[in-house]
Amino acid sequence: MSDEILRVSGMTKRFGGLVAVDNVTFDVKAGEVFALIGPNGAGKTTLFNCITGMYKPTLGTVTFQDKDLTGSPPHRTAKAGIARTFQNIRLFEYMSALDNVRLGHHCRMHSKLWDSLFKTPFERKEEQEIIEHSMELLELVDLAGQADSYARNLAYGQQRRLEIARALATSPKLLLLDEPAAGFTPQEKVELMELVQTILKRGITVFLIEHDMRVVMQASQRIVVLDHGEKIAEGSPAEVRANQRVIEAYLGKSA
Amino acid sequence: MALLALSYPAIVQFITGGNGDYLVGLAADGGIYMLMTIGLNVVVGFAGLLDLGYAAFFAIGSYTYAIVASNHMGVTPIGHSFHIPFWIALFIGMFVAAAAGAMLGAPTLRLRGDYLAIVTLGFGEIVPLVFQNAGIWTGGVPGISALDVPTLPGWFQGPWVGQDLAWVPDFRFTSANLTAYYVLMVILIAGVVFLVHNLYNSRLGRAWMAVREDETAAAASGVNTISVKLLAFSIGAATSGFAGAFYGAKLSYVSSDNFGFIVSVTVLSMVVLGGMGNIPGAMIGAAVLYFVLFWLLPNAPQQVSSLASSLGLNFLNASNPNGWPGIAEEVSRSKYVIFGAILVGIMLLRPQGLLPSQIRKQELKHTADLVPAAK
Repeated sequence: MSDEILRVSGMTKRFGGLVAVDNVTFDVKAGEVFALIGPNGAGKTTLFNCITGMYKPTLGTVTFQDKDLTGSPPHRTAKAGIARTFQNIRLFEYMSALDNVRLGHHCRMHSKLWDSLFKTPFERKEEQEIIEHSMELLELVDLAGQADSYARNLAYGQQRRLEIARALATSPKLLLLDEPAAGFTPQEKVELMELVQTILKRGITVFLIEHDMRVVMQASQRIVVLDHGEKIAEGSPAEVRANQRVIEAYLGKSA
Repeated sequence: MALLALSYPAIVQFITGGNGDYLVGLAADGGIYMLMTIGLNVVVGFAGLLDLGYAAFFAIGSYTYAIVASNHMGVTPIGHSFHIPFWIALFIGMFVAAAAGAMLGAPTLRLRGDYLAIVTLGFGEIVPLVFQNAGIWTGGVPGISALDVPTLPGWFQGPWVGQDLAWVPDFRFTSANLTAYYVLMVILIAGVVFLVHNLYNSRLGRAWMAVREDETAAAASGVNTISVKLLAFSIGAATSGFAGAFYGAKLSYVSSDNFGFIVSVTVLSMVVLGGMGNIPGAMIGAAVLYFVLFWLLPNAPQQVSSLASSLGLNFLNASNPNGWPGIAEEVSRSKYVIFGAILVGIMLLRPQGLLPSQIRKQELKHTADLVPAAK
């Protein structure tokens, strides 16, 4: 047993002739904040989709806690302990905030069809526990007061936080955040970074895609940089910042 | 609610002075549609899967009942007829329909939206055709007749059916005692509503809603979308099969003519009209449309004609061999126009359905009237 929680090795994803992710290899260590950055269209979200099983990788493997998860469907990777949020928020808009989080518990519940049909005492007890745990998570993301609002009626920042709460409800070991700070005010970014620290303290590894360099440099211990689907750099924030190829990818080559 | 429903036969008999058997029987038949609507509401309303071949499962339930509870198997190469009691056969019909639902669902539920609708439409056409052409096994075009009727060790008769209070031993459900069918139907509906309501408020009901809202996000949140959709499909099919078995027993006859596309569409209209995703809504939709289709429209020509004569407009009733056929005939010819107008009218006045779920109400509201939550 190593201290890596996730190992992505030789990951390649082709869409027809387009190579979106090209032979990318890296490890995420348990208990760290790991960041994936790169210019627009570098293949960051595609890589997330390959890890969580939304896409089947063309080549390469995903190993999570020493288990091979390559090509597992999304509900399996969620059950294995990988949760994610989406770049463009994907909540269940016409379900209440509380129900969104309750749904996140789905893969950890044990009520069978029989229990649901007849509302057995076991089912009632489990539902009660889920409601309590969901409220706890809503409190964590500061949404306890909005538990009964429809997700679509929440403000933008609240929706982003609700998505994190729903992801946490699956009791993950690894949380994938796809641009969690997009569109946030500086104040909201500070709060988000505090939230990330709280999540870390719960023993959950955080792996994020982010464009905001201040957030990335402050929050993460290690960074991988993608450009045109290829990994061009990996290292600590300071190392990445000084890397010539990274500067070129973002700003272009000097003449 | 259930008590009110149970007192319906007594009220009808009282109002009609003991001649209400027809209306009680009509309500029992309407209950068959109500059961189907509750089942289809699970598929379309809860899980958001458009099923246009729902009558197929109704047919499967009916034929299953016909095969296990009549003399028919005696004339097939099996040479031995089955007479499984109604109370068990009802559940056999249900399970066979659920299995058919799972079998159809397994390969097709990876399709989304319109494609699923097309496949189910095809299935809805194929099943009655198979029953029509399976030769001796299903009785071909004439179908299977003389099915067993439900029996009970005993039954109460009373003033509510215009008879003296008495205990009837070895009771057989017949067309002479439609109240018994009606009471049985109310009990079945109450049972199905209880179970479906529980499902709706369980983890499975939540997963259905999530799949309807955003399948990708549901999968990422740990919901096995294929199995959840399959369950919705089978549970819907099971309810339809249940209704089908009851239908076979009450009519004592099955024929492939009774399970056409029009049945699927009628049930779907009931769901949409009543309010998708809401169990009371679906039930009201079923009751209203059933009343319109099977009482209002068949009786309309006669009613209009007597209204015309009572208003002194007798010329409207007079038929002219080369032109005006008389108002009764005219109304009877245009009954589907009237039906269409009623449907369009209801949808214009209540686009969200007669009794919509909270969610549908919100979805149909303009984004503009939503008050953004204060930060």
